[in-house]
Amino acid sequence: MTAAGVLQVILFCAAVTVTAFPLGLYMARIFDGGFAILEPIERRAFRLCGLKGEQEQHWTGYAGSLLMFNLAGLLLLYAIMRLQAWLPVNPAGVGAVAPDLAFNTAVSFTTNTNWQNYGGETAMSYLTQMAGMTVHNFTSAANGIAVAVALIRGFTRRSARTIGNFYVDLLRAVLWVLLPLSVIFTLLLVWQGVPQNLDTYSQATTLEGARQLIAQGPVASQDAIKLLGTNGGGFFNANSAHPFENPTPLSNFLEMWGILAVSAGLVFMFGRMVADDRQGRAIFLAMGLMMLAGIGTAYWAEADGNPLFEPLGVDMTAGERAPGGNMEGKELRFGIVNSALFATITTDTSCGAVNAMHDSFTPLGGMVPMIDMMLNEVIFGGVGAGLHGMIVFVIITVFIAGLMVGRTPEYLGKKMEAREIKLAVLSILVFPLTVLGLGGLSIMLPAGLAAVSAPGPHGLSETLYAYVSTTANNGSAFAGFSGNSLYQNIMLGLAMLMGRFLVIVPTLAIAGSLAAKKTVPASAGTFPTHGSLFVGLLIAVIVIVGGLTFFPFLALGPLVEHLSLVAGVTF
Amino acid sequence: MLTHLKQSILATLVLTLLCGLAYPLAMTGLAQALFPHQAHGSLIEADGKVVGSALIGQAFARPDYFLGRPSATTDSDPNDAGKTVPAPYNAAGSNASNAAPTSKSLVADVGDRVAALRAENPNARIPVPVDLVTASGSGLDPHISPNAALYQLPRVAAARHVGEGDLKTLVDLETERPTAGILGEARVNVLKLNLALDKRFPTRQ
Repeated sequence: MTAAGVLQVILFCAAVTVTAFPLGLYMARIFDGGFAILEPIERRAFRLCGLKGEQEQHWTGYAGSLLMFNLAGLLLLYAIMRLQAWLPVNPAGVGAVAPDLAFNTAVSFTTNTNWQNYGGETAMSYLTQMAGMTVHNFTSAANGIAVAVALIRGFTRRSARTIGNFYVDLLRAVLWVLLPLSVIFTLLLVWQGVPQNLDTYSQATTLEGARQLIAQGPVASQDAIKLLGTNGGGFFNANSAHPFENPTPLSNFLEMWGILAVSAGLVFMFGRMVADDRQGRAIFLAMGLMMLAGIGTAYWAEADGNPLFEPLGVDMTAGERAPGGNMEGKELRFGIVNSALFATITTDTSCGAVNAMHDSFTPLGGMVPMIDMMLNEVIFGGVGAGLHGMIVFVIITVFIAGLMVGRTPEYLGKKMEAREIKLAVLSILVFPLTVLGLGGLSIMLPAGLAAVSAPGPHGLSETLYAYVSTTANNGSAFAGFSGNSLYQNIMLGLAMLMGRFLVIVPTLAIAGSLAAKKTVPASAGTFPTHGSLFVGLLIAVIVIVGGLTFFPFLALGPLVEHLSLVAGVTF
Repeated sequence: MLTHLKQSILATLVLTLLCGLAYPLAMTGLAQALFPHQAHGSLIEADGKVVGSALIGQAFARPDYFLGRPSATTDSDPNDAGKTVPAPYNAAGSNASNAAPTSKSLVADVGDRVAALRAENPNARIPVPVDLVTASGSGLDPHISPNAALYQLPRVAAARHVGEGDLKTLVDLETERPTAGILGEARVNVLKLNLALDKRFPTRQ
């Protein structure tokens, strides 16, 4: 670890914090329809989508609209991939996608996971990347934001039957948050060197006279939303490690900011919408502290290098003239610190874009992204999904605090009763059930086991990572895992669907149930949810729930591998 | 139910047209107007022919060129389309080794690379820097560390019959510092360095 490295981490955290607050206030106004100037455009967009004004929906109607919209998008994306060979804008002439891979990919992009069992430059046409992937990057992110906004309305409304309109929230998120940010972001990326064209792949003759075919495409426009929408699906196979997706240290800094910007902003939006900025700050603090712990661990582990290389005479010391550390799977321009930082925040959020290969991280360094995801993607989390996931944990936390003192728990003036707690527990249980159920099955069945590339404990880590990543809708991978088989395409697809929609539906049910309640004024017995005691309790609940569930797996995977590495055992 | 269905189809179409066609196409037009060089992939031409991209590494093997980092990219086997064969710096198929840190084959590969580098660079004055023996994340990393250039310097100087001092000046000139003195690592773009090398110290035939 170097002083320059630590400085970059501080600079990054400062940039995110400074921008998150104004962005949060802006979004709070957007979702209240607070800008009169935007109204004419909005009205037209609503009409185009068949809406008659802002019809309020009961939570069941909201959930129904959401599910129907996702189904329509999923089917369209599936169709585009199956037909891409015969559709226009395919200069590289790639063929149709196989049915199982198309299913997996359509689910993956619909659920904001962007798990990729394919390499973009070899498998997808430009049309598929634009009209398929890019669209879902917007809509799946907007879906997450919509659910978060609906849940917040549960707290702000009293004795209400409705929680807003799904399409109104969806369109507002796309039109006024994601699209404008993406336009600016695209241009910044192109300025730094990310291509944006519909050219055929370039033919180059190298200095030594060999031929080099260079993949091109509308990369920047897809990358912008891949980060801002915490989607993470790369245009190219190597994702943001590819020099065309992430050419400079500055583009890397911008990309890391883009991953966190909206999710961090939403936390402050929450505070503003419930008319108590302190509530947003407390949650931001809890998320920030957990994030810093991850960054520190990953940076330290990767900077330490691979002890097996030392006897070979490899120089792994860091300095001004060399990055040092564990450089397998990492890009030189980013070095150790930016790779560890990117890996941590991409898994804190549900982004899953990578600028270094997590599979080649040291066991402890690679355990950080795994733990980030095992904590249910609530350390900022996916845009919207992270916030509504976190609020569910807050509900559990006030419940536990309530049990300790023997009072009915309340949060933001709403009493948390049996129905809310049951729904919250249900939405939290989906995650370990899916990961351990389907992940365990994959280890037991030969068809599942075939995907593992590494023998020994690392093989277990690869499988576990795949199922944690897909269920948490993250999408990053220990990429030695070959997910493109009939078995894995279907099972991983199932994990993504369960991890997304079996969480969203109970969350919307909580929103509906809370909106229907009266507000109770805070009393001397109310547990304050903006102080450091609450922040500590919240972190403890998240860590204990995640830790107890997954510790046995971590012990058998990364921890055993770490001990082997130290003892010089290879596999 | 019917309203649900109608709204879902309409919204899907509207958003596909807006985000899937209008947005990327408008961005393509704007990007090419504002930054034409970058938008087309930062291609480098010499004598009217494309020799590569400033951002994409390429394979070097000759002793009078600086070598880049190991690359794990592959290409489909010409004899058997179902299989792949190693094809370093395949810029139409980015890839990493994804080797586990405890992988026997990774440790063996690194050992072999160290041995090969030592054989090719008997006069190297510093230990082998780690970036020169580990595969990058994309397989297309255009950069090596300043130390990795320094390690190869005596070999290239001998092959080109130039003084090490003169060559060192050129390498220093081609070394990029961290952005604003803070972000990223100091690095040398191998293709640009080798182009400068050909210009400044052409190999005698």
